[in-house]
Amino acid sequence: MLSLREYLQSYQGIEIIIWENKEGIVELSSSDLPEVLSYCLEIKPRPIWLTHVVNDERQLGRGFCLYLVLHFPGKDFSLTLVAKGIKEEFPTLALIFPALNWSEREAQDLFGLHAVGHPDPRSLVLHPGWPQGFHPLRKDYKAGDERKAFDRAPLVFPEMHGDGIFQVPVGPIHAGIIEPGHFRFYAIGEPVLHLEAQLFYTHKGIEKLVEGRSIEDGLRIIERVCGVCALSHGLAYCEAVEKLANVEVSRPVLLWRTILAELERAYNHIGDIGNMCAGVGFALGNANGSQSKEKLQRLNLEFFGHRFLRGVVVPGGMKLIPGSKDSQAMLNRLIKLSDDFEAWIPLLLEHDGFRQRAVTTGVLKPENAIDLGVTGPAARASGIANDWRELHAYLLYPELKVTSIIEQDGDAWSRLMVRVKETRESFRFLNTLLREAMQGPEFNYDKPVSIALGKVRPFSPTWGCVESPRGTDVIWLMLDEQGKIYRCRVRSASYANWPAVPLTLPGNIVPDFPLINKSFELCYSCCDR
Amino acid sequence: MLNLLLRKLHMGRLTEQGINSQIAQIPSALPASFRQSLQIRHLACGSCNACDWEMTALGNSLYDHQHFGIDFVASPRHADLLMCTGPGATQLVNAAHETYEAMANPKWVMAVGDCAINGGVFKGAYASSGGMDRVLPVDFKVPGCPPSPDDLIKALLGIMGK
Repeated sequence: MLSLREYLQSYQGIEIIIWENKEGIVELSSSDLPEVLSYCLEIKPRPIWLTHVVNDERQLGRGFCLYLVLHFPGKDFSLTLVAKGIKEEFPTLALIFPALNWSEREAQDLFGLHAVGHPDPRSLVLHPGWPQGFHPLRKDYKAGDERKAFDRAPLVFPEMHGDGIFQVPVGPIHAGIIEPGHFRFYAIGEPVLHLEAQLFYTHKGIEKLVEGRSIEDGLRIIERVCGVCALSHGLAYCEAVEKLANVEVSRPVLLWRTILAELERAYNHIGDIGNMCAGVGFALGNANGSQSKEKLQRLNLEFFGHRFLRGVVVPGGMKLIPGSKDSQAMLNRLIKLSDDFEAWIPLLLEHDGFRQRAVTTGVLKPENAIDLGVTGPAARASGIANDWRELHAYLLYPELKVTSIIEQDGDAWSRLMVRVKETRESFRFLNTLLREAMQGPEFNYDKPVSIALGKVRPFSPTWGCVESPRGTDVIWLMLDEQGKIYRCRVRSASYANWPAVPLTLPGNIVPDFPLINKSFELCYSCCDR
Repeated sequence: MLNLLLRKLHMGRLTEQGINSQIAQIPSALPASFRQSLQIRHLACGSCNACDWEMTALGNSLYDHQHFGIDFVASPRHADLLMCTGPGATQLVNAAHETYEAMANPKWVMAVGDCAINGGVFKGAYASSGGMDRVLPVDFKVPGCPPSPDDLIKALLGIMGK
């Protein structure tokens, strides 16, 4: 990273605040951002986008601040570009890095700032119908009754003209047990020409809600941003808090956190494989996936007290760590479940009808995936090796020698295969990790390391990052001088991946959408927050 | 194919028996003609997705809600009961009203999970109603964050008087 450092040092007006082995923070003017970002994006291998945060720091005399966190794969180096002193507008970066499109529109909605030159003038997070001047993430906004004033207003969609073009509006309430979102298909005959996905129906205002809360209260809410990636979000949050407090957790804690993360991946991937079958009406495949998932969730409940693994990971450690007997029992159960998985998975993989629906359906081109900063199995199915467990040394993953599992075709079948292979790998990791847990001495583990609030660095930006089953979840966190949350930004994997879904539709037929959608298997809640 | 058949024989019946042996504590509030079969429409109103997944889990082979006469339907017009999850996100309130209006009478509403009952952890958020009873007339409540599939089945059998 020397050349990057030299470039930044020689750049007029850039101040290097921190430059360590793995992390750098530099401050610059927002007008220099496009040029510096363009330079960074030219570096090979190309950096990936972790998060983009706008923060109202006017009380600290810094105006509005924009934080852009990039990660340079191969070197495991993360660079935070900080543009401070923004008053009303900042130049858009979406034109050089389309991954930031949504994030900038969100900043326009929630902070009332203007992203100059942004190609899409529509609001994103706040649907039309909110009162004028409602920018809830500004610090001077006090919770009022705006929601009662929210009135229905028509959503804005592009028009499309031509012979035989028609629109199919679907949602926000769907026919099934799924979350709400509005999809508008522009079709000509059977093939889809264009898809508009209008999300953010489940927006609740969580990022505002956690402000001013204690670290513990914050965790309770962050774990409920997403039901099925609860552990990943909680873990990323705890990592951020521990970084701020300079707390190192012990090896048993790292071991069990890794086990939990792999348990979450296993139950999600297996459930998602089953759901893909539901997307094509393949009931037997779905039945097998859902019963396997249920058994894994029951294992979660039995050993960790929660079917979605909530409340197990806490800042500074773990609430509980199972003993060696439990580890043995867990391992035996997992071996059986892994055998069961191998028994039913050929049913899908060798099923001609299912293959024919999934192969070449919903292709995500690698260049689109790179431009949009797609993460997780969706990116890996398009040949992009960006598994955060490989890119970044955290938990016990360096010892497990994780390598990204990739497929090249980018279709629904590839996304299925990435999940199948990752599930096998998760079972293998769990086997290794539980054997260590079993054979190691009884851990003398009482309680988590307490976070000394006096030692937590106030107003210091930090992030925690975890590879969830859907991709890299990023929690960006800043605490105030009392150790309360000043700003917490949740960039879930779903938030990064949703913009890519509409690009995979054109050329496919409308009935393929359930399969394509389920092959991405994105959440709405952690995207909408 | 042979392997699958052998596996099925080896595995036997997955669906658990016993849940339905409980006797409802209170008499059913539903008219007699609704006690044998209940058609449900799910309405996500800003939940974190956990309650929704637990409702989906009711359909797996271990719970198999259909053998109790309970089914999830695609349209509110076919539904007797609306199972709502989430605290009532502001941008969904209109859709929730429309869904409720589309249901034929008699109809009932169930608030599933703590945040549907009183806002749960999302109480006080600027775009959350703080409970589904502020949006729709709620008849039944199932607490939990999220309620387990067992809790849900018991609640449903309870209101059916089974």
